[in-house]
Amino acid sequence: MSNDRIDALSPGVFSLDGKEVEFGPGETLLQAATRAGHYIPHLCWKSGFHANGSCRLCTVKVNGRTGAACTVQAAAGQTVESNTDELNGQRKTLVQMLFVEGNHFCPSCEKSGDCLLQATAYEMRMDGPHFEEFYPDRPVDASHPDLLLDLNRCILCGLCVRASAEVDGKNVFAFDGHGIHTHLVVDSASGLLGDSTMAASDCAAHICPVGAILPKRQGFAVPIGQRRFDIKPVSQQVEEDAP
Amino acid sequence: MQASSLPSRLPLPSWQSLLIKYGNDPHALVQILRELQAAEGWLPREQLAQIAEALGLTLAHVQGVAGFYRFFHTQPVGRYRVLFSDNITDRMAGSQALLQQLCRLLHVEPGRMRADGRVSIATTSCTGLCDQGPALLINHHQVVTRLTPARINHIAALIEQGVPPEQWPADWFRVEDQIRLADVKLGAQPAPGQGIAAALARGPQATLDDIKHSKLRGRGGAGYATGTKWQLCRNAPGQSHYVVCNADEGEPGTFKDRVLLTSYADTLFEGMTIGAFVVGAQRGLVYLRGEYRYLLEPLQAVLQRRREQGLLGVAIQGRAGFDFDIEIHIGAGAYVCGEESALIESLEGKRGTPRIRPPFPVEHGYLGQPTTVNNVETFCAVTHIAVHGGAWWAAIGTPQSTGTKIHSVSGDCERPGLYEYPFGTRIGRILEDCGARNTQAVQVGGPSGVCLSVSEFNRRIAFEDVPTAGAFMVFDRSRDMFEVARNFAQFFAHESCGFCTPCRVGTELVVRRMDKLAKGYGSSDDVQVLYELDKLMHGATHCGLGAAACNPLRDTIAKFRPAYERHLTSLHFVPGFDMDAELSQARLATGRDDTGAHLANLEN
Repeated sequence: MSNDRIDALSPGVFSLDGKEVEFGPGETLLQAATRAGHYIPHLCWKSGFHANGSCRLCTVKVNGRTGAACTVQAAAGQTVESNTDELNGQRKTLVQMLFVEGNHFCPSCEKSGDCLLQATAYEMRMDGPHFEEFYPDRPVDASHPDLLLDLNRCILCGLCVRASAEVDGKNVFAFDGHGIHTHLVVDSASGLLGDSTMAASDCAAHICPVGAILPKRQGFAVPIGQRRFDIKPVSQQVEEDAP
Repeated sequence: MQASSLPSRLPLPSWQSLLIKYGNDPHALVQILRELQAAEGWLPREQLAQIAEALGLTLAHVQGVAGFYRFFHTQPVGRYRVLFSDNITDRMAGSQALLQQLCRLLHVEPGRMRADGRVSIATTSCTGLCDQGPALLINHHQVVTRLTPARINHIAALIEQGVPPEQWPADWFRVEDQIRLADVKLGAQPAPGQGIAAALARGPQATLDDIKHSKLRGRGGAGYATGTKWQLCRNAPGQSHYVVCNADEGEPGTFKDRVLLTSYADTLFEGMTIGAFVVGAQRGLVYLRGEYRYLLEPLQAVLQRRREQGLLGVAIQGRAGFDFDIEIHIGAGAYVCGEESALIESLEGKRGTPRIRPPFPVEHGYLGQPTTVNNVETFCAVTHIAVHGGAWWAAIGTPQSTGTKIHSVSGDCERPGLYEYPFGTRIGRILEDCGARNTQAVQVGGPSGVCLSVSEFNRRIAFEDVPTAGAFMVFDRSRDMFEVARNFAQFFAHESCGFCTPCRVGTELVVRRMDKLAKGYGSSDDVQVLYELDKLMHGATHCGLGAAACNPLRDTIAKFRPAYERHLTSLHFVPGFDMDAELSQARLATGRDDTGAHLANLEN
């Protein structure tokens, strides 16, 4: 890293936890940081999709003010703090909130080891739910021949909504309800996935960061212990997210 | 039962006729759903599917919009839908007992439809009638004020007899302005057209300069400079510009916009027209909260008269090229739509989720076009400034908070109602004027504002000191400030849009903690968790609702901690089981009986 102060303030560079990060025109902090190989925790963002700004995991301090790194435009000379005890503590609380809000039983979940929520929880050193669990009554929709929709695991990141709309051109998913009762719904007369236009080859079928949308009959094709986040922690797999 | 004994309804418009009325415009979805429900009572899924198809939307999208708003029902509800206003001031006036009384009389559980489909009874967020509560809203249309046990008995009988609400005693629907102290905005009004004429004589740039000179700041709470907002909107490129009036007065304890809409609508519409002249808009929209549905017809009558007077429409006051008209959209029960980008989403027929900002509405607002969104009171101020000049306005109030502010005073005082003061007025002065006695606390600006205790009554209303959106709720020493905070916590959880994690889950966690404390099962650890949640939500939420949701907690824990501690069985954690008894097995196994082996000796 250069010690030249003029370089650090030149157009196209901001400071992330003391490291210089170059950015291109129109890029957000999270896009630029990810491209440069820096990990900022996130759940609802994925390279190539519009920012949603709902999970708030990527909340950073920009010149002392908080903002979601996925929505804040990068600008020259910004001082961005991300990997601090305060912000990581906040992220742990947000992950704990998502755990208690839904029904997440990692030991029996076939997404275990591939799950971004679980991996981020490990990264944030979460060792328990902290809050009382809500144990909501949520349905499992097994009507689709090739896909399972298990809303117990849904974290409302909206990636499937965006993937279906922006990539698949289908609009299979939408959000219904409000407050703690907000939930994902399927576009079909019956409301069941099996009656929708969803196909196993859709982008939306493979984008879920948790185990809410899963392909059937592939559950343990890769054994536990050999899965993506079993091999390397999420913070060391930034390149997989890179634009 | 006779058909004639059913509550009467609007002439039944089929969903097709509504689609024709709104030109198959998907942006009118919320209005279409509202009118369909007014006719049909609820929104059956089959009809949502037909509307979706006709508007080129998915059923899931339409279902999601219907499911977002508290006033839309996608399951059958009673033909009489009774919603008790659930603000703390309603509760203080006995609303909860009145709700129970009505439920008992009609043999129905709160939140459930009676088996015969006759009636549903539930609560709703503040209906903006705090100075004449307890209040209720019937069929999302009519309000009943000044409820008493006798009136509840009467209402129950009328519902059982099937008397339509329109035939209930007219006196029950009386909503009074209760203007207790008037300054410029509640005083003598300019003649219709006077403000527009002054603006036309000056020209748009000079009018804008004068607004800037007045240093007028938005009256909705945030206090953004109106002149700057209009300048940004005027300068922003776009196919068309829009002027939007935020009449979604949802902050509990606030009702000043209701009075302005009732008795000062000319001044409001004139301010919007001046705004249109400045920013170059041809279309104006009023976003009227669903709770004020009863004001729709009177407001439309004022609009029609102004069209006839040449104050709206084509070539206003004869000025060629100055064309502007105003339409009214009705909300459907969603506090978050008071946030300007959520309001625009709702105007566009979507779920009222706040947008990612920037871009701000002045550049990218309604239909992606430059849009200025201003509060009712702000537009009224503009009309007065146009007539009297910016310098006149700037001479009132304080250097950073010019002009006057209208306060909605309610709670423990002799004379609730509207009080208008110049900015800089002492809190204590307002308390004296409204006849408040033995005051313990004042909630200024509503639940998202600030709670002040006695030692702070010398502070002043101003953006420099105590900013406010207009609510002023008074609590005397008989009130439990913990219960006040609990009511506010329930409000925020009920009104969270559900979009971002900290607000969606955080507001629910707060309510659960507060309920636990209320039942006497709380521990000091729960108070600590409330602290943590407050800190998180202040910095991590998507919009201001979540950020403000813990304000009442923060203030009341800091200033009225004994009110919380009264609800704790112990200031230290008391587990549900006897830890020392559990240790007795270990003592036996290890043969220890020294002081270190007994829990009581280890504490502290």
